[in-house]
Amino acid sequence: MTDTPVALGARPSLRERADRFRARRASWIPVSAAVGILVVMFAVGQAYFGNFLTPRVLSSLLLDNAYLIVLAVGMTFVILTGGIDLSVGSVMAFTGILCARMLSEGAPTGVVIPLVIVLGALMGLATGVLVQVFEVQPFIASLAAMFAARGLAFVVSLSSIKLEDPFVLALQSTRLAGGGWYLTPTGIIAIATVVIAALVLHFTRFGRTVYAVGGSEQSARLMGLATARTKVLAYVISGTCAGIAGVLFTAYSGAGYPLNGIGTELDTIAAVVIGGTLLTGGTGYVLGSMIGVFVYGTIKVLISFLGAEQSWTRITIGALLLVFVVVQRVIVARSSRS
Amino acid sequence: MKLLRHRLVWAVAALVTLIVVNTISRPTFLSITLQDGELYGSLIDILRNSAPLMLVALGMTVVIATRGIDLSVGAIMAVSGAVALTVIEASPTPDNLGVVLVAIAVAALVSLVLGAWNGLLVAVLGIQPIIATLVLMLAGRGIALLITGGFITTINSEPYQFISQGYVLGLPFAFLVSIAAIVVVALIERRTALGMLTEAVGINPEASRLAGVRSRGIVWGAYIASGLLAGIAGILYSSNIMAADANAAGLYIELDAILAVVLGGTSLAGGKFSLAGTVVGVFTIQTLKSTITFLGVPPAVSPVFLAAVVVIVVLVQSPRTRSALARLTRRRTPAGGARIDPEAAS
Repeated sequence: MTDTPVALGARPSLRERADRFRARRASWIPVSAAVGILVVMFAVGQAYFGNFLTPRVLSSLLLDNAYLIVLAVGMTFVILTGGIDLSVGSVMAFTGILCARMLSEGAPTGVVIPLVIVLGALMGLATGVLVQVFEVQPFIASLAAMFAARGLAFVVSLSSIKLEDPFVLALQSTRLAGGGWYLTPTGIIAIATVVIAALVLHFTRFGRTVYAVGGSEQSARLMGLATARTKVLAYVISGTCAGIAGVLFTAYSGAGYPLNGIGTELDTIAAVVIGGTLLTGGTGYVLGSMIGVFVYGTIKVLISFLGAEQSWTRITIGALLLVFVVVQRVIVARSSRS
Repeated sequence: MKLLRHRLVWAVAALVTLIVVNTISRPTFLSITLQDGELYGSLIDILRNSAPLMLVALGMTVVIATRGIDLSVGAIMAVSGAVALTVIEASPTPDNLGVVLVAIAVAALVSLVLGAWNGLLVAVLGIQPIIATLVLMLAGRGIALLITGGFITTINSEPYQFISQGYVLGLPFAFLVSIAAIVVVALIERRTALGMLTEAVGINPEASRLAGVRSRGIVWGAYIASGLLAGIAGILYSSNIMAADANAAGLYIELDAILAVVLGGTSLAGGKFSLAGTVVGVFTIQTLKSTITFLGVPPAVSPVFLAAVVVIVVLVQSPRTRSALARLTRRRTPAGGARIDPEAAS
């Protein structure tokens, strides 16, 4: 357990320096572990199948999981403040089906897409207000939002709606290709979300407050930080991301469907945790969450390469989640002792 | 006024309101008919159909009292149903009572082990309950699918069907199972010190440890109980449809169960719990679902109603609303009246 895959090349003779480095960079260890797992999976896949590490497979990794990356970014904000958002999968389904329905009825794309994203943000705002103003536990508040969004998705349509809007379809079908690699607009949006979120978290006052609130809400409040606004905003960001993910998923699947995204909130939380964000809040990186999503996606690809049943995906994710949580537990225990 | 402040009052009020609404919209709602010594009627249906949720919610109450949460109950239901039906399917004589009893025993044992696994992660390894049980929630349905080989196992077994369809003493057997569970849990928790110790662990784990409470065993036991009860719920569910559907069995039941517990006035923050509240909460949710179906709302849209109920309940229970209400009532009482502040009194 002590030899967690640490990304540093210290020799035993440099033990002291290694320890100091580890203590200072403890929060990066889970992220490095996720990167390590990803690399190992790539290596094993390549060694076993021979045709695993191809540009096509790696490009599709980003394409297939673009919506999940966006969801994970939003979830990271919420978890960093010490909360949880169970509504992301349902909000994604709701905004997705609404987007498809309005487009199919001839509403202009330039209106529909901003509108559904704003709707996602509003659902996040509702959750945030319940959590902050009415002191409802995040779990219950986002549960209510989850039920509401899922029901609303069925109010919009009971069956799937085919997407015919050229712009939204182009988000998925446009390929910036080169040497077998390709990048779709959905992938670009996902990466842009990660970059913007990382910049916000590390270079703005709001970002620092997010970490402060997650570390110790009381201390943050006593320091005069705007804890209430920050916590509500975290849910708004998560809702906004769910709105964007709704558009991305609709583009990806080519249709809106009210049953989309059942269980996606769990996949998202799992990806965020695997990416090294502590559920107690205060520690974690959006970059890690993206790695977590890639780990999740790679497991899926490996299992389909193996020709095994997809039910193994969930089992593997569960097992991996367990390993990471135990590793985090050990790290936290060690760092609090020193 | 004192009655209004009782923690069960809102849950009971919601249940009564639902029953009144139902009775007005369909007068036959309250009528119960006796046919061949067996009772039939909407209320009886609600009692019967609420059995799986009742079992799960009872276990959830105890887990929540220890400051925990068990997200894996739905997955455990799926596994338990899959195990029981696979055992019966593999047997050449599915109508044999012995075979069915063995199947139930194996399924109960498996769910007990799964509950113990959750307890191990939470009580021994000290992992947050929400994550520890998320592991099994994710993996459990996959395991259930592997047990059934990716198919929906269906069986024909007279004794197994009896569990959900049969009648004993004029009452549905499933309802009697849930009554038995309520009685057993209530006796263990309230007629021994266990309930008090559970609350102690939930209110302040550190203080109760210093006071000599063996919190590890108590927390572990709570998850084992929750797992076992979920397993029995899984048997009831699979007996109702006579099939093991790994994807649909117990889907979202963890959320319904948590909702029932919260409706019943038990705080998710742990500590004091109310089994009677949970029972009322379960009936409220089941009646609400039956109402929604009766009103002709597509079942798929029903989550909107559940969401509305959740929001109303949490708003009513939230400290801010309560203090606002208290301020309103205080303004109405004459100044200088010897009125105890409700916040201080509670």
